[in-house]
Amino acid sequence: MEQVQELQEVISIRHLWAGYDHESVLEDVNMSVRELDFIGLIGPNGGGKTTLLKVLLGLLPPMRGAIEVMGLPIKEGRRHIGYVPQTVAFDREFPISVWDVARMGRLGRRRLLRRYSTEDNEFVAEALRQVDMLDLRDRPIGDLSGGQRQRVYIARALSTRPKILLLDEPTASVDPKVSTGIYELLRQLNDHVTIVMISHDMSAIASYVKTVGCLNRHLFYHEDKELDAEMLELAYQCPIDLLAHGVPHRVFPQHGEAGPIAVHQLHHHEEVEV
Amino acid sequence: MIGSLIEALQYTFMRNALMAGVLVSVACGIIGTFVVIKRIVFISGGIAHTAYGGIGLGYYVRYMVLPVLFAGSAAIQDPRPGAWPLAGAVLFSLGAAVVMGLIQRRTSQRADTIIGVLWALGMATGIIFVDLTEGYKVDLMSYLFGSILAVERGELWLMLALDGVILALVALFYKELVAISFDETFATVANVPVDIIYIGLLSMIALTVVMMMRVVGLIMVIAMLTMPAAIAGHFFRNLKKMMAGAVVLGVCFTVLGLFISYTWNLTSGASIILVSGVGYLLSLALQPLISESQSYSRNQQ
Repeated sequence: MEQVQELQEVISIRHLWAGYDHESVLEDVNMSVRELDFIGLIGPNGGGKTTLLKVLLGLLPPMRGAIEVMGLPIKEGRRHIGYVPQTVAFDREFPISVWDVARMGRLGRRRLLRRYSTEDNEFVAEALRQVDMLDLRDRPIGDLSGGQRQRVYIARALSTRPKILLLDEPTASVDPKVSTGIYELLRQLNDHVTIVMISHDMSAIASYVKTVGCLNRHLFYHEDKELDAEMLELAYQCPIDLLAHGVPHRVFPQHGEAGPIAVHQLHHHEEVEV
Repeated sequence: MIGSLIEALQYTFMRNALMAGVLVSVACGIIGTFVVIKRIVFISGGIAHTAYGGIGLGYYVRYMVLPVLFAGSAAIQDPRPGAWPLAGAVLFSLGAAVVMGLIQRRTSQRADTIIGVLWALGMATGIIFVDLTEGYKVDLMSYLFGSILAVERGELWLMLALDGVILALVALFYKELVAISFDETFATVANVPVDIIYIGLLSMIALTVVMMMRVVGLIMVIAMLTMPAAIAGHFFRNLKKMMAGAVVLGVCFTVLGLFISYTWNLTSGASIILVSGVGYLLSLALQPLISESQSYSRNQQ
């Protein structure tokens, strides 16, 4: 029984087509996210990362295909998703405190005309403690650094008590040292919660996530961390440069027979191709 | 100066005007804060100006339609001819709130163009209706530039009731209003009925605008709606304090503007707006000093 539970599918995407104005951005995407996965989704700009995110949040209805979260249709299932947006575009003047932002995570649990309860407050405090931001609870959000703000958004997502954390470029607006801290935090959180993360940060993907998917109109995802040459070639126009600059050798798993992709091999591969 | 103020307070119209200023400032401060933080000044302007179409329609119905329908009857000798344009303004501004809100939500592109077009259409409709209405239209100007000195006792009760409604709605839906203002996507994902809350907010703006029309006139409504809240936003980084600050500032500006208008015999609406504008510019100039001292005190902690 327990084994079955461990493998429980939390997100299921089957033959998904999605896009805008009859022009598809995603074509025949299939994906199965299982409990306590930590998936990094990479891909070029315009490859459909944002579109997939919108579909996963129920903001964009799919053109074709089926998507379920916790076995539920997306508009119900999304209550199990804790969404962490990019913090790039942000109104620093907005008069709101850290606490009030984090407490918005409880919105979906409190219907209209209901006030937040003490239980809500406990969840919010717990979430802020997890991201180490409880001390700054009364600060206006505009006074925080990029990394602190990202932590508050993670706390807001956590206070929904989600099964899945869905992050959009969590380190887009912070410096490398701060982003290491955020990835460490995510790794800790992954003990209890499934994480799906959109990113273009290859080194982070390689160091922290459990499995990688490449998204460029089609999704290349095999539920493992191996980025094979085919996947990368299909996903990127120039994958080799990205890898060579972004990822040191050691971060690639070197377990024998599976034929790990070393940067050399990719270089070699490219030379042959070109 | 003081003597003339006390003298002014002996007049009923002056006391009514002061009361109206205070009552309108309450709605204006609370709703204006949302307008400022949610950055919906433009659509609020659209709602305000479209109301003019309703005023024109009200006039037309009162002076052209009713006399035909009830020719020779005493029914059209109603004691409150002003109620017709007012009802028209409420109708049009609420309609504009719903239509513009829906357009903004449903069309992804060029929503601001469509709102701009409706804005102009609303005003044009009003002007044409007024053209078609024969006879006496002197107090039309009062809708454009305000007529706070003509506020009657009955209107004060109406304003008080509207304040009550707006306060109650904001209190009941506070967490949703804040959520859609801060992060609409997150609110949507949390299954907050974002569209309904947003259109509700726009409808409250519509009602506030009609109230304010009496004080500063349609043309200057947007200035009065936004300036107190914007100034309060310079000083407070807490939404409730910002609202309270905006209400207090609104009261100060209207009272000061009124006395300036009384003392030097100037248009009251314009005086109030000028006083607010000077306050806003002062606050802009002072803002760097304030935020510096704020961050200084934070660093000291």
